[in-house]
Amino acid sequence: MEPGIVTGQTLRPEEYFVETEPYYEPVGDEIEVFEAAWRNQLPVLLKGPTGCGKTRFMEHMAWRLKRPLITVSCHDDLTASDLVGRFLVAGGETVWVDGPLARAVRCGGICYLDEIVEARKDTTVVIHPLADDRRVLPMEKRGELLKAPPEFCLAISYNPGYQSVLKDLKQSTRQRFVALEFDYPEPELERRIVEKETGIEPELAERLVKFAHMTRNLKGSGLDEGASTRLLVQAAKLIVSGIPPVAACRAAVAQALTDDPEMLAAIHELSASLF
Amino acid sequence: MAAVPPPAARALEGEPLSAAAIEARLDEHLDLVLSSRRTAAGPARELAAFSRAEQELVLRWVAVLAAAHAELAYQFASLAPRALRLMDEAGVEAWVRQAMDTYDSAGLYPAVAALREVEAFAERARARAAGLALEEVAGVLERYVRGLGGRPLKVEAGEAPWTDTETLHLPPVLGVLGDREGNFRLYKAMAVCLWAQCWFGTWRAPLLARLREAGAEAAALYAALEALRLEARLARALPGARRELDTLAAALAVAPWPEPWPEAARRLAAPEATAADSLELALAWAGRVALPPPRPWEGPPRPEAVAAVLEARLERERRSLRRELAALAEEQRGAVPDPVRLEAAPFTLERIEDPAAPEGFTFRLELDGQPIEPPEEVRGLLTSIVQDLGEIPEEYLVPAGPGEYDAGAQPAGRDPRDVWKGMYHEEGAHLHDEWDYRRGHYRKRWCVLRELDVHPVRDGFVERTLRRHRGLVASLRRTFEALRGEDRLLRRQPEGEEVDIDALVEAYADAATGQEMTDRLFVRKRREERNIAVLFMVDMSGSTKGWINDAEREALVLLCESLETLGDRYAIYGFSGMTRKRCELYRIKRFDEPYSDEVRARISGIRPQDYTRMGVAIRHLTGMLREVEARTKLLVTLSDGKPDDFDGYRGTYGIEDTRMALVEARREGIHPFCITIDREARDYLPHLYGPANYVVVDEVRKLPFKVSDVYRKLTS
Repeated sequence: MEPGIVTGQTLRPEEYFVETEPYYEPVGDEIEVFEAAWRNQLPVLLKGPTGCGKTRFMEHMAWRLKRPLITVSCHDDLTASDLVGRFLVAGGETVWVDGPLARAVRCGGICYLDEIVEARKDTTVVIHPLADDRRVLPMEKRGELLKAPPEFCLAISYNPGYQSVLKDLKQSTRQRFVALEFDYPEPELERRIVEKETGIEPELAERLVKFAHMTRNLKGSGLDEGASTRLLVQAAKLIVSGIPPVAACRAAVAQALTDDPEMLAAIHELSASLF
Repeated sequence: MAAVPPPAARALEGEPLSAAAIEARLDEHLDLVLSSRRTAAGPARELAAFSRAEQELVLRWVAVLAAAHAELAYQFASLAPRALRLMDEAGVEAWVRQAMDTYDSAGLYPAVAALREVEAFAERARARAAGLALEEVAGVLERYVRGLGGRPLKVEAGEAPWTDTETLHLPPVLGVLGDREGNFRLYKAMAVCLWAQCWFGTWRAPLLARLREAGAEAAALYAALEALRLEARLARALPGARRELDTLAAALAVAPWPEPWPEAARRLAAPEATAADSLELALAWAGRVALPPPRPWEGPPRPEAVAAVLEARLERERRSLRRELAALAEEQRGAVPDPVRLEAAPFTLERIEDPAAPEGFTFRLELDGQPIEPPEEVRGLLTSIVQDLGEIPEEYLVPAGPGEYDAGAQPAGRDPRDVWKGMYHEEGAHLHDEWDYRRGHYRKRWCVLRELDVHPVRDGFVERTLRRHRGLVASLRRTFEALRGEDRLLRRQPEGEEVDIDALVEAYADAATGQEMTDRLFVRKRREERNIAVLFMVDMSGSTKGWINDAEREALVLLCESLETLGDRYAIYGFSGMTRKRCELYRIKRFDEPYSDEVRARISGIRPQDYTRMGVAIRHLTGMLREVEARTKLLVTLSDGKPDDFDGYRGTYGIEDTRMALVEARREGIHPFCITIDREARDYLPHLYGPANYVVVDEVRKLPFKVSDVYRKLTS
């Protein structure tokens, strides 16, 4: 990063091609399964805890398959027209504007709906016709059907870990997808990931992974989730920039995991014992 | 305005009472334990020398203690002068409370002993003021060792640091180092060393047997040698913790180990050194080498206590593991366990290298040769068993046959006195505090509560009720349907699914006349979701026998119909019991259970039981509601009278405890509400629930209708 004038780059969603290979360590056969699903025009469901690499995997697959990637982070106000599109008034006339899902279908891209359970239940239903062998997107307002090209791919993700009774994926939705399960990688692999992502010393990476396991031991006894691989990478980046490990763990991991003072103190003591 | 002190305050400021006046008041309470040779004259004479305020304090507590046991009150009166000279009034009160807690949990003699230790108590109180109390940091320490890994360990107060491999006993107060931070470091050092004993195999079952034969001296040597070995292991696994030990040793001026210990330390620091090496050395050294002075964070080992805990655990975990594996096999293969196939030990363990594990490897569980991911409980059991044995014996991997399923379940007979035998936290029992208004203090872990199931009865009661109240059911359904969240159209929104034509026409008109055009041009559909969880707590005391019980059950049937229409989450529990040692909650419907035939049969099976100890039931259900995610949480009590139990839980005591339990519930964000048929309830319910949070139903036969009606009003 250099001082001076900063200019962001504007891109249309359908032009967002991932050009350099995103770093991804396969845990099993997920790359092959995803490719096979894509060739057979099957939609894919990624499940797993937060920060274990689902989004990175999608970027990697977009690069591998050379398709534009359109990501939608779902929230509880997300309506069907937010996905499909809507009429807007411009200069005295109504103009149709495609939503991200419609754009992805038109350009044969990959549409990734992140944390799908967060969206309202009636919203999830609009993807149904796209997610079975019909592969069409009904655009009710225009009275049209949009047929998906073979290159189009629909992927959704959800986290089975923090499921409440209110946030469950309906059977009618989940049974349309090829499901890939993600979890935190094995210690050895996780160490390699932290190392490669940040350039941290192997010894420190190993201790960070051990630290993550300690926080995962606390899951259910006061923590909802243990430290994710993403948090570890962030902590490692701070350490590489010269922050002492214990301080980095506090800022990047402990404070991110909880607000409970006792739990914070305990996590802090764990990192202080490790480093 | 001149302040006029209230009468009590005037008495406190008044002249000290004379010895005779004090004796007269003591006699009132101590009558039972006084005789011609043992009078209250001595204590009264000594107390006469104190101020009026101090005298009143003593007399007040004598009255409270006498209600529990007159002997305890007598001992207090005799010791109070000494206590007053040692401590301020708050200190004296803390001392009495601690004795009362001891009386509650252990009985008269330990309580009297606790009172007699007034000097020690005062000393600890002083240390506490300067140092750090365990209860302040127990939560952090418990989480800390939980995070380090292995079997969960509890933290409890004891004299010297030691562990029985399930609990870390740490001193109640530390004041060795001048400041709180330093004392916390010392606590942490104790905790991490005890954890290391459990994790790095100091208390392995095979070693333990040899150690117990070897005698006390060898055991002490063994503990010291293990401390050396564990320091080295900590240095490798938790270098930060090891550094802190060194810092502490420097701060406390700990002398270095004398010869020949450093030589032993070098041998035991080798990565391949195990507890067995420590034991060999200890046996060789017994009678020849003197013990070094103990490190401040170490205490004498207690192999006998470990052995008792270990033995019980080995058996329990073997059974649990086999049961879990049977369930796992069934789940994975989708079939009932077949005894013939099970003989073949379908589970195997594959060793996997893992430098982080204490043994250098972990296990992968395989079923029929396929690796499987074991559930949390199984993983916890495997870890715990490896901690005890260093491996998983093959017989542990044989799933339990069908006949062995209930081997670990509750014993059939429930004798209330049994609860206090053996380990106090018996399976299935929950302990709750109870508020004693006279002491202004909780009685700790006073009530023993169990969750039981209502025995389902299929006698057509529900069908009869529905038939009888056919008209009412239909109208309830209609009212409740109207309550259900409907889609609401929000007009003139800045964003939305559709164009709001009215708004658009107006905006065009505005624009045409040169005015600013609004951007609120859309309609948006939005469902107002009801986000309510409600827990019904139904009085099942003996006094509901007869038509009250019928009315309650009918009310529940109608209520369930209404709630099913509404779609709110709800649970129903009945409560009753007799004495604090047998409080019972009867599951009728859990939150996660559908309104099934089984639930209907349970409603029909509600029968009057014993007494009404309300506080403990409210506390337990509050805990249950805390776990439920909902914007609004309701706790609705259906009752027929005042709280009342066999062992003195009545009158002000019962009401004050119930009130305190409700205060606790409100603190958790729960709205308590009460529906009662007790006509005298207006005298005490406002005090308990607040002025607007209760309803008195005058006629029992109206109850079925009223309950649903009240609920509708409450949530709309």
